[in-house]
Amino acid sequence: MSDIVLEIAGVNRIYSDDKENVVEALHDISLSVRRGEFLTFIGSSGCGKTTLLRLIAGLDEPQSGKLLLDGKEICGTDTNRGYVVQQGGLFPWLSVRDNIAYGLKVRGLYQKNKADVVKYIGLIGLDGFEKSYPHQISGGMAQRVAIARALINNPEILLLDEPMGALDSFTRADIQDKLLELKGESGATMILVTHDVDEAIYLSDRIVIMTPRPGRINDVLNVAIPHPRHRGGVEFMAMRRDILEKLNLASAQPQPEYTI
Amino acid sequence: MKYKNLSALRFVLSVALTIAGFVSAIIVNAAVPQAAAVKINRYEYFGGTLDFNILYRYAAAGIIILYLGLAVFAYFSEERRVNYVKRAPFRFALGVALALWDILGTKYLLLPQPFFPGPAAILETFLNEPAFVLENTLYSLKLYAAGFTAGVTFGVGTGILIGWFPRVYYWVSPVLKITGVIPAVAWMPFALTLAPTPFTAAVFLMTMCAWFPIASFTAQGVQSTAKVHFEVAKTLGANTAQLVFRVAIPHALPQIFGGISMANGFMFTTLVMSEMMGQPGGLGYYIQLSRVWSAYYKVFAAIIIMAALFSIILYIIGIVQNRALRWQKGLVK
Ligand SMILES: Nc1ncnc2c1ncn2[C@@H]1O[C@H](COP(=O)(O)OP(=O)(O)O)[C@@H](O)[C@H]1O
Ligand SMILES: [Mg+2]
Repeated sequence: MSDIVLEIAGVNRIYSDDKENVVEALHDISLSVRRGEFLTFIGSSGCGKTTLLRLIAGLDEPQSGKLLLDGKEICGTDTNRGYVVQQGGLFPWLSVRDNIAYGLKVRGLYQKNKADVVKYIGLIGLDGFEKSYPHQISGGMAQRVAIARALINNPEILLLDEPMGALDSFTRADIQDKLLELKGESGATMILVTHDVDEAIYLSDRIVIMTPRPGRINDVLNVAIPHPRHRGGVEFMAMRRDILEKLNLASAQPQPEYTI
Repeated sequence: MKYKNLSALRFVLSVALTIAGFVSAIIVNAAVPQAAAVKINRYEYFGGTLDFNILYRYAAAGIIILYLGLAVFAYFSEERRVNYVKRAPFRFALGVALALWDILGTKYLLLPQPFFPGPAAILETFLNEPAFVLENTLYSLKLYAAGFTAGVTFGVGTGILIGWFPRVYYWVSPVLKITGVIPAVAWMPFALTLAPTPFTAAVFLMTMCAWFPIASFTAQGVQSTAKVHFEVAKTLGANTAQLVFRVAIPHALPQIFGGISMANGFMFTTLVMSEMMGQPGGLGYYIQLSRVWSAYYKVFAAIIIMAALFSIILYIIGIVQNRALRWQKGLVK
């Protein structure tokens, strides 16, 4: 198997509404994603991050350009790509356990792989909450359930759209560690979207900086800091300064939310 | 009224109050002399003689035993004790009302007769023709079961199609809306002529009256399913059928139950109306038959059976609904 799991080649995605307002959500995006890496897209809101993840997931199609998964063009959804949507999207009518088991059940693999459900509930630390419904658990727990639900199908790539966006910083740090642990466990390639610079540096092997209007790739940075990473370390801080500078330069007007 | 820290004395007094009304009903029935000339028939049952007064006293005693049993059950939980105490004045009034009714309706015949017989006289129905009453009750139950099943199946089925396929929505929803404003019994002449049996005619009418509420609520529930849930299901490997049965329908379930609850009331009405207008049996038929003979005490008896039957049905539907929607507990309201 090739070292490149996903090839994005010259992808354009333009939205136009009835009044002929045209938004160039993605402009000429090209990128190769390496097998097993942790890749993060960072950028202000509106620079096309969600649009790109939806294209990779197969929920949307580009106007031009190609997305190749293991050399084959992506066409529609498939279980080799897991997708954790921005708000988690748990099914409110299913318990934690049934949410996690959903992928196995719809594919008729549940009877054979029941043990996986138990394993994932344990991995995300939700023992004892199997029978709870989504509205009965905290936001952090719900996100962990959403991640486990996507991982149960053993996807080649896990797509995460701001999974920690709405959480407090303690819960956030907790889930970040959990993500690294789950990545080690499953070996999946992870593609994360975030607008938190610290989160990007803490987790990623590579960081892709995006800029809006039109959405394009500004820079790709390697993060060469060994794990476990220390958020106050010298290299960490230097990298952070570098990214903040690029983000400020990258957007027309400085966005206060990045000057954390 | 305050019910916090309910004292034991208060509870005991409430139990006494609850049964006092029914005790007074028994005493009144036994002690007040029969002033008006009312024919009191005697019936042979279980190797003894019964008349309606004796049956009535047994029934009141039965209610007393029931409430004493409930008191024992309630004693072990604060919440149930409070509820029991809250209901005591009403239950007392119920017993007193029975006693008053007995005096006015049977003992002195002060109410217009034969339209308002006393409570004891109503019970004569069950001494007079118990087998016939049971037969008609079972007919109503059978008709309800058939009509309910047909109405819910058809309503939910078409509701899903209307909610899922825009084309079906376009063609069917105007028809649905029109039938929604027409009371189903208006179709009775057609139903009775065209349906092979009166029974199927009534089932058809019940289906018609249930169609609008059930189908439109179901369609609404399906249509309001969040796009994100469909997308998540797709990425997890769900096919189109699973998007319907494992996303849209579970999401629509609260609305489906809302539609069924609403339709259920219409179905009761349609059931009784069709029985009164051309069924060979049923409680509605029994009411009609009794009316012809001016046996109004039997009309009352049929109404009491209906009330009990429909309450039990509503209770059962409530249990099923709570079970199916338990994921909503604490989510709404
Ligand atoms: N379905 C859509 N129709 C029209 N415009 C859209 C649609 N989805 C996204 N956009 C526009 O495309 C741009 C990129 O959106 P998005 O990918 O959601 O950005 P991000 O996730 O980085 O915040 C935004 O300007 C947004 O308004
Ligand atoms: Mg987004």
